[in-house]
Amino acid sequence: MTRARQLAWPVLLALALLGAWEAYARLGGVDDFLLPAPTQVGEALWVDRGLLWDDFLVTAQEVVLGIGVALVAGIACAVALHFSPLLRRATYPLLVASQTIPIVVIAPLLVVWLGYDLAPKLAIIGLICFFPVTVTALDGLRGVDPELRKLMRTLDASRWQAFRRVEAPAALPSLLSGAKIAVAVAVIGAVLAEQAGSSEGLGHLILQAIPQFETARAYAAVVVLSAFAVTLFGALTLAERRLVPWAHRSQGDPA
Amino acid sequence: MPAKGVEIAGVSRAFGDVVALSGMDLAVGRGEVVAVVGPSGCGKSTLLELVCGLLRPDAGTVASEPAVLMPQRDLLLPWSSALDNAALPLVVRGESRGAARERARPLFGQLGLAGFEAARPHELSGGMRQRVAFLRTLLAGKPVLALDEPFASLDALTRSQMQEWLEGALAREPRTVLLVTHDVEEAVVLADRVVVMSPRPGRVVGELDVGLPRPRARTSSDVVALRERALEMLG
Repeated sequence: MTRARQLAWPVLLALALLGAWEAYARLGGVDDFLLPAPTQVGEALWVDRGLLWDDFLVTAQEVVLGIGVALVAGIACAVALHFSPLLRRATYPLLVASQTIPIVVIAPLLVVWLGYDLAPKLAIIGLICFFPVTVTALDGLRGVDPELRKLMRTLDASRWQAFRRVEAPAALPSLLSGAKIAVAVAVIGAVLAEQAGSSEGLGHLILQAIPQFETARAYAAVVVLSAFAVTLFGALTLAERRLVPWAHRSQGDPA
Repeated sequence: MPAKGVEIAGVSRAFGDVVALSGMDLAVGRGEVVAVVGPSGCGKSTLLELVCGLLRPDAGTVASEPAVLMPQRDLLLPWSSALDNAALPLVVRGESRGAARERARPLFGQLGLAGFEAARPHELSGGMRQRVAFLRTLLAGKPVLALDEPFASLDALTRSQMQEWLEGALAREPRTVLLVTHDVEEAVVLADRVVVMSPRPGRVVGELDVGLPRPRARTSSDVVALRERALEMLG
């Protein structure tokens, strides 16, 4: 009962928004090519399901592998910056600056360098997702209770042992938060990467559908992308509950 | 007088403009339990960190057998079981997890923690958490224990139970103990000797030999009299 109640509000809100959108698209005198009504998007989802599915598989692979690349690179970078204050001071500003480069500017360059295959897509998604992963992992590592560090010192723990036994597990909750942010931006990254140079994937589908006045199909692709991002986000939330249950309890001293 | 476990002579230590300790002298015999009492902020925690080698003095000398600090907060790792938390010092020194657990397990039985091995810290009461933290301190395997207000966060009833428990634990596992507390009664009940410190900058202003047989009832007239004398020294 309570679960149904919890679901009622988001469902009602979504229906209200869809209703408003439908009314505006039908009665507002907006061209179908500019804004298709939700029912038209729904129709495109069904009619073009074969097309959407094939392109979805391509994009999903890019997103999942791209997030994998970002996680590996981001964690490695965070650990390196954590262990070396010199490196941290020297490269942190560069890291932040790297995030201000609009991907559309460098995407053609990456395509020229890496070709039209999977590699430039992984590079672009990796570049976009790398930052939230690195920053949250580094914050997690550096934010460890100083008293815990003192404890590890009095137990004669080596730097490595302190990292392995205390810092790494303590940083896991914030790393997972970073991964959740990465999931949302990875999908946008995949679309940008495909539009920079690709012959398949949902980004490519959108790029082709718009000049063909198949706007409803482009919107259908967006719906698929959103659903995919929400699913990945949900999977990470589940993983969070299993991997770091302690992070969801109050962590203070015993009462 | 037995050989020295801890010997501190003329030690001063400041943090910026705040002088925590000034001209502090203290000797603890091997196997002796010494309680240090003093007002808040008199440098008691600094004293323990000096003994454990976590800080260096600005002046004076600190000589101690290897000492391990039990911090005021239990600092149990929330992702580990009680048994793994207690065995942490063994794992940190390179023992395998299995071997470390096997060494920690019998102590759980002996020290009233049987059945709680698999519990996570959040499932334990405050008193139980302190027991696990104390076991972890014991398993560090150092001859000197530096206990920083181990029971300060507990309610009065649990605190007196824990004091009895600590007395029993130390009877089984004798160590040189330097116990910092602001609870004068706790000091008199547990220690062989009570050292009284002045307000900051901290130094020793008085000493009491307790010399009463154990276990000591906190209501016995001897304990009450010693407590009154210690409180007088504190001023």
